[in-house]
Formats: sequence, C-alpha cells, structure tokens
Amino acid sequence: MRADPRSARWAWLIVAGLSVLIVAFAVGCGSDDSTSTEASSDSAPTELGAGEGEVNLVAWAGYVEDGSTDPKVDWVSDFEKETGCKVNVKIGNTSDEMVQLMRTGQYDAVSASGDATLRLIDGGDAAPVNTDLIPNYADVFDSLKDQPFNTVDGVNYGVPHGRGANLLMWNPDAVKTAPDSWDVVFDPAKAGEQSGSVTAYDNPIYIADAAVYLMTHEPDLGITNPYELDDEQFNAAIDLLKQQREHIGEYWSDYTKQISAFANGDTTVGTTWQVIANLLEADGEKVETTLPVEGSTGWSDTWMVSSEAKNPNCAYLWLDHIISPQANADVAEWFGEAPSNQESCALTADKNHCDIYHAADEEYFDQIAYWTTPVADCGDDRGDVCKTYDEWVQGWTEVKG
Amino acid sequence: MGRRLADLFHGRPRLQVGSLLAGPVGWLVIGYLGSLAVLLVASFWTLGELSGEVQQDFTLDNYEQIITEPVYRSIAGRTVLIAALVTLTDILLALPLAFYMAKVATPRVRGMLVVAVLMPLWSAYLVKVYAWRAILSQDGALNWVLQPFGVEGPGYGNVAVWIVMSYIWLPYMVIPIYAGLDRLPNSLLSASEDLGARPGHTFRRVILPLIFPAIVAGSIFTFSLTLGDYIAPQLVSSTQFIGSVVYANITNNLPLAAAFATVPIMIMVVYLLIARRLGAFEHV
Amino acid sequence: MLLSRRSKVLMRIGVGLTLAFIYIPLSIIFVYAFSTSRTLTWPPPGLTTEWFGKALDNPGARDAFLTSLQAGVAATAIALLLGTLAAMAVSRYRFFGRETISFLVILPIALPGIVTGVALNTTFTQVLGVELSLFTIVVGHATFCIVVVFNNVAARLRRLSTSFEEASADLGAGPLQTFRMVTLPNMRGALVAGALLAFGLSFDEIIVTTFTAGAGDQTLPIWIFTNFSRPNQLPIVNVVAVIVILLSVVPVYLAYRLTRDEGTVGPATTAA
Repeated sequence: MRADPRSARWAWLIVAGLSVLIVAFAVGCGSDDSTSTEASSDSAPTELGAGEGEVNLVAWAGYVEDGSTDPKVDWVSDFEKETGCKVNVKIGNTSDEMVQLMRTGQYDAVSASGDATLRLIDGGDAAPVNTDLIPNYADVFDSLKDQPFNTVDGVNYGVPHGRGANLLMWNPDAVKTAPDSWDVVFDPAKAGEQSGSVTAYDNPIYIADAAVYLMTHEPDLGITNPYELDDEQFNAAIDLLKQQREHIGEYWSDYTKQISAFANGDTTVGTTWQVIANLLEADGEKVETTLPVEGSTGWSDTWMVSSEAKNPNCAYLWLDHIISPQANADVAEWFGEAPSNQESCALTADKNHCDIYHAADEEYFDQIAYWTTPVADCGDDRGDVCKTYDEWVQGWTEVKG
Repeated sequence: MGRRLADLFHGRPRLQVGSLLAGPVGWLVIGYLGSLAVLLVASFWTLGELSGEVQQDFTLDNYEQIITEPVYRSIAGRTVLIAALVTLTDILLALPLAFYMAKVATPRVRGMLVVAVLMPLWSAYLVKVYAWRAILSQDGALNWVLQPFGVEGPGYGNVAVWIVMSYIWLPYMVIPIYAGLDRLPNSLLSASEDLGARPGHTFRRVILPLIFPAIVAGSIFTFSLTLGDYIAPQLVSSTQFIGSVVYANITNNLPLAAAFATVPIMIMVVYLLIARRLGAFEHV
Repeated sequence: MLLSRRSKVLMRIGVGLTLAFIYIPLSIIFVYAFSTSRTLTWPPPGLTTEWFGKALDNPGARDAFLTSLQAGVAATAIALLLGTLAAMAVSRYRFFGRETISFLVILPIALPGIVTGVALNTTFTQVLGVELSLFTIVVGHATFCIVVVFNNVAARLRRLSTSFEEASADLGAGPLQTFRMVTLPNMRGALVAGALLAFGLSFDEIIVTTFTAGAGDQTLPIWIFTNFSRPNQLPIVNVVAVIVILLSVVPVYLAYRLTRDEGTVGPATTAA
C-alpha cells in the first residue's frame, strides 16, 4: 500500500500547475464579462404589464412598514391586497450597504439617498424611470423634480420619497442646558462635558457634518459645499473628527443601536434621525431634538428601479403607491420627514406636520446639505481637486483609528 | 463491474490514492485556494473614477497604502494584540477546568462537564454577543451588580472586546486541552509524585510539556477566530479591527479590502506552519 | 494524582467560577426571553411568555430555520464524502504531500471567516458569474466542514488496525466490499460524530454565510442578525436562541458519547 514518493512528486507538480492555470484562465476570462456591467435595461419601459406577484425592496428602516413594528403603522398591507404584489424588504443601514445590495441585481427597487443614487446610476445598477407610468408623480413638489441627484442628462432615474434633516438629539437629564449648536458635539470643551457619551453616524458621509460645522466656525477655509472638499478643507474636517473621537462613546450605524444606547444611558447627545426620537418617546424615554443654527446634513431620497429588476411592474406599482398622498403622508409622519407629495400635507394626522418639517419651505432646505456622492470635480473654479468617495472612506478609517 | 473496478485499482496504489484524493483536493485546491487566488489578484486592482467600479489594472497602490499609512498598521497591531490576549486568557481559564474534567472528576461528572462546556457552542454566536452588549452597557447587568461597590464596569471598548471574545472561544480551548490531558497516562503523574515532586512541579515539568501541542491546537482557533471577527467589535466597541476595515471597504473599494485581507492570511499561514512543527495537528 | 485538600478545594472553586462565567450570560439570555421590555434593559421590568407564542408563529423564523437545516444537511453530506475520502487517503497510504493535506484541510477553518467569505463571494460574483443562492451557501459551509469530518475519521482510522482489511482481502473480498463490510462499520461512530459536529458548525455560522447568501436566503443566524435590528422582533430572537440551545442538548450529548467510546476527542472533532 505504499506509493513511490519520487514519481508521485511530478504528478503533484502537474496538478498544482494545472490548477494555477485554470484559476488564472478563469479570472482572466470571467472578469472581462462581469466588469462591463452594461445596464440590462438601458431605457425605461413604455407601458406597464401585469404585476408579477412580488417585489423585493431595499429601504431605510421605517420606510416600508407592514404593521410588524407597530400594528397601527402599516402602508404595505393594503398595497399587497390591491396589487397582489407581495412586499419583501431588506433594510439597508447605510448607503454603502444599499449600493452593495443593489449591485447583486437581486432587488427590484431601492430608496436611495443622494450619496447612493449617482453611484447606482453610473454603475449601471439603476434603470431610467418613465414617470408617465406613475400617476402620482404629477403631485410631487416641483422643487424635488429633476434634481442633480436623480436626473442625469435629462433622464429621470426615480421618484422622490421625501426629505429631511439629520438632527441633534440629547437626553435632557444629562445635558442640562438645551443646545442649539453642533458645538456640543464638536467643540472640545463642550463635547468634553459629555465625554464618553457622544455619538455620531458611523459612515464616511459624516465627514460632511464636520464640514458643515466648519462652514460656520472656520469660514477662512472657504467651504461652500460640504461634499466637495479639497485637500485643506478635507484635512481640517478630518482633524475635527479626530478630536471628536476622544469623546465618542459609540458610533451608531443601525438605528436600534442608537435607540438602545440612548435608552441605556450609554449615549447622551449626538446626531440622529427623527424616527429614532419618535421610537424612544414611544418607549417612554426622555429625549429632545433640534436643528442647530449651523444647519445640518440631510437627505432627499429617491425610489429607484433596478436595471436587473425581476419584478419591474410591481416595482412601478410600489413607486406609485409610496408617493401616493395617503401612503406618503403616513411614512413622512412615521419617519419624521417632509413628504414629497403636495397632497399629503392635508392627510397627515398632525395637521401641522408639513409646517414643522418645512415641506414647502425651500429656504429651510437651503440650510440642509443633502447627502450626495463626493466626486473629484469640485463643480467650481477649483477644478478636479476634490476628494472622491473612496478617499472619504479612507479618511473615515483614519478618524476611527 | 465491481470486480473489473477492483482489478483496475489492484496493485496501483497511486491510482487508489489519486482517486481518493481527487474529490477533496479538487474541491479545496480549485475551489478554495482558487478563490483565495482570486482575492489575491483583486488586491492588485484599482478603482475607476466616478463609478467606483473595479478596474483590472495591475498596481501596488493598495499595498503601499496599507503599509505606509499608520492607521492600518495600528489596526492590525491592535487586532493581533487582542487575539493574543484572548488566547492567553482562554488558556488560563481552560487549564483548571480541563484538568478537573480529565483527572479529578468522576466519569459521570466528567460526562456532564463535557456536555456543559460544549452546549454554549450551539447557542448562536450573535445572541451571545448581544447578551454581552446588554450586560456591559451603562444600565446593564454588570454595572447593576457592581453598583453597591461603587465601581463601574469597563463599558464598551477594547476591554469589552477582549472579554467577549475570551468568552465565546473558550470551549474551543477547553476541548483540546481536555483531550490532551485525557490521553496523559495517570501513571506518569503518579511516578512524578513518587519521585518527590510537588503538584506545581509536576505540572510545570511533566504535564505542561506533554500537553503543549494540545494547547497550541486550541490556540489556532482562538487566535484565528479573534483575528478575523468584525461583528463583536462592532457591537461592543467603536474600535476597528482588521475585519471591520475589510468589511467597510468591500462595497466601495474591493481591491483595498482584498489587500488588507491578505494580512490575516499571512499571519495565520505562519501560525499554522509553526503549530504544525510543534505537533499541534495531531491534537486538533 | 494526590492533590492536597486545599488544592482540591481551590480547583473546585476555579472550575465553579469558570462554569459560572460560561453560563451566566446564557442565563441572562433566558431571562430576556421572558422580559416584557423590547429593548434589553436590566433588570427586566416584567415577565411574560408571549414571545414564545410569537416566535413559534413567526414565518420568518420558521423559514430561516428550514433554510439552515437544508444548508446544514447538504453541507454535512458533502463534507462527509470529501472528508472521509481524504482521511482514508491520508491514513492508509504514504505519498508525497501527505502532511500538506492536513494543512490544506484545516485552512478554511483556520483563516478568518471574512477572508473565506470575501474570497468566495468575489469568485462567485465576479469570476464565475454565479448568482448567490442556497447552493453557494452550501459550497461555503461544506468547505470548512470538511476538516471536522476529516479529523474524526482520520483519528479513528489511525487506531483501526489494517489487519482487518488485509484479512478481508485474503478472504477474497474486493476493495469496495471490504470498505462496505469492514471499514465502514468500524468508522460509523466517527462518521456520525463528524456529521453532527459539521452540522452544528454550519448551523451557527454567520460570517461566511453573509457573503455567500443570496438576497432572499436567510439562514437562522442571518435572520437573527437582521431581526436584532427590529425593536419588536428582538425578544423573539432571544426566544429562538433559547429554543436552539435546548434542542442542542441531544446532539451534543450524542457526539460526546460517540467520540468518547472511540477515544477521539478534539476541538475540530467535537467543536460545533
């Protein structure tokens, strides 16, 4: 039962060599096919067919509620009954996750923020949208239509979901004087008072929040667009964030982490979404929110259809449903944002909702810097020297250390 | 047919070995090593401008970045340090337990203890991490217990990661040490005693050298499992580990993620080679 | 070994503390499964069994459980086949590269999960253009389960004298017959133990699975991960965890009995 070692050696070497060749061949050939990701549908459909029976969505938490979080919060069940499209939703915690999920081509639609939309459009993962097939689009606020983050070269890639701002939230028992500025999380002295209990959004896009702060507190840097930062401005923002790092207790990337952190007292002040404050208050916790004087970052989300959608008809039906007056009113109230449909303002449970969230107030939203993808082209006379998103990612890695 | 096949294989040991190994080796070499090779190749690629799509131009930029920029070095260093700490902690925790199970406990108690040590492996990893997250939080069980003493728990951070990882991988260390001690003949221990050695001396000079390979075998698991984890660090701390950086860059910068992923690969290959030299593979 | 009374007492205390360290967090999970609060506050404000009912009703949990079962069975089957083949080659023959086999086999489990996951993911999606699905999950799991079966069977075969097989051949049995009637029955314990442990490994795995699972596939660990992020589902997750722990006593005990009788106990042989 003994094999001759020496002659077997050659056999092994041949096997090893063949394996390497096979792999190299596979990599060489296979990858040529896959990186030329032509959009499977380069143009929008001209008419809708019958619903396919289900639709797979990628959405922010709180955007697609079917009653399982709170029985009274449900705008999915009646959609499913009316259209026969069963809704499957995958929650994306960050824009990065959403881009990653959409790239797999296994989802039909996504509620993308501005820092994801351009990536999806350029990567060929989002298909153009024919808004004529979406009746409710007509009632969307004009200021949200044909924006740079959802329309490229005159081609529309989605419908607006709603918009809102990132707010400052604090625990009034721990932070005695109500803050009105971001300095409570950025200024070394003020942040130091809550050292170990400050929080920030765990994503490179948060660098823009530092830039917004610097716009007011260090005007010499000349920051006009917090997403287009050149070397000097970028490094200043990174330094500010590194300073903040010393006082951070925990960064939050999923909303339940922040809920439990505030509820448990691990965090007392930091950036948040209104829906988180709503959930905490529903659970009986004391928190307060405000939009600080420097302004803030925010988002204006777009529902986009995947270029490889397997259920495009149901996807269009969903898009039409989520921007319909009642559904858009429901989600805007639940999440705490301004609806995109003008008719929704009359249908919110709280009649002041649209005023509180400045739904029609363009001046207010001028203070908000919507999430968008940082690109090299600064968009002004500086040229192409601004930091790209992957540089932001590396900067964020540096900040967290 | 069976007879024809038997004739074909008879007297041809190489054919026998070859056909036995074709499946497993094919799977592991082509499938697994092939995937690792793909990862390695990806680490030499770069990103396109706006779309951030992967371009297959050969470049050493990614490696240059992880070598020159200090943050990547400190992250790798921190991960290795905590992995080593966790391994040491688990060895210290496992030794008394394993010794008791192998040498002191009655057979019935031994059976119960083995089951007791193995059961936590079946409780979901995630649930255990979340339980610790709750225990270590500000209003959690640990602070609740320590409050009367006026002390506070460590909260979240590197210490928390160390505690949680030591907890989760402990069974992986107990079992091989237990197995090693089980194989140790009691006669050796009696002989040592007869020759006048006190228990501590016996432990250092007789037991430890003999179970050393088993300890190394257990350390393979505790070290590598800590080295690659990104979920526990994310849940009980804000510090970044190697796995966290790889995970963060997968979407936007696959080449960089791949390059950084080669760091734990190299560390583990070296570790495994040393472990094999020390005879640990017999005890895994 | 005669330990002094004091040493024995100290040892018992040490063992007790270690066991307490192991089981207190698990008992806390038990308590949370009955807590009325939806966030993991301590101490729990009240106790209730409502989550148990909700968990058993929950279709997501049931589907995830089934997917995990399917993946586990498939991965275990493949691992059994490949692991046994490799173990037989290594313990019954000597050839160039024999030591490399055990190195190769342990690699998938020794390398960090994220490396294995990312490598497989890149290969599947970029190179082969294969869509992620249950198939890719099984491929990933089988790869690191091979070592568990391999170690069990190889250890058993090392102890099994070849004289039985030679006697069988002398009596006229062909190699397949010998395998079926002599070798296999003697390995049975190791095979079952290896299978149980491979299944356990696959059942609890999260990192590699995250990278090899398709959009709609949820194994139980993935389901747990996504549902920890939903306030109303958190207590149900705790209940599911408790159920899994209780269900696992039987296979763990079985695995222990089988490996003990055949004298093979090791972490890759008994680790779940």
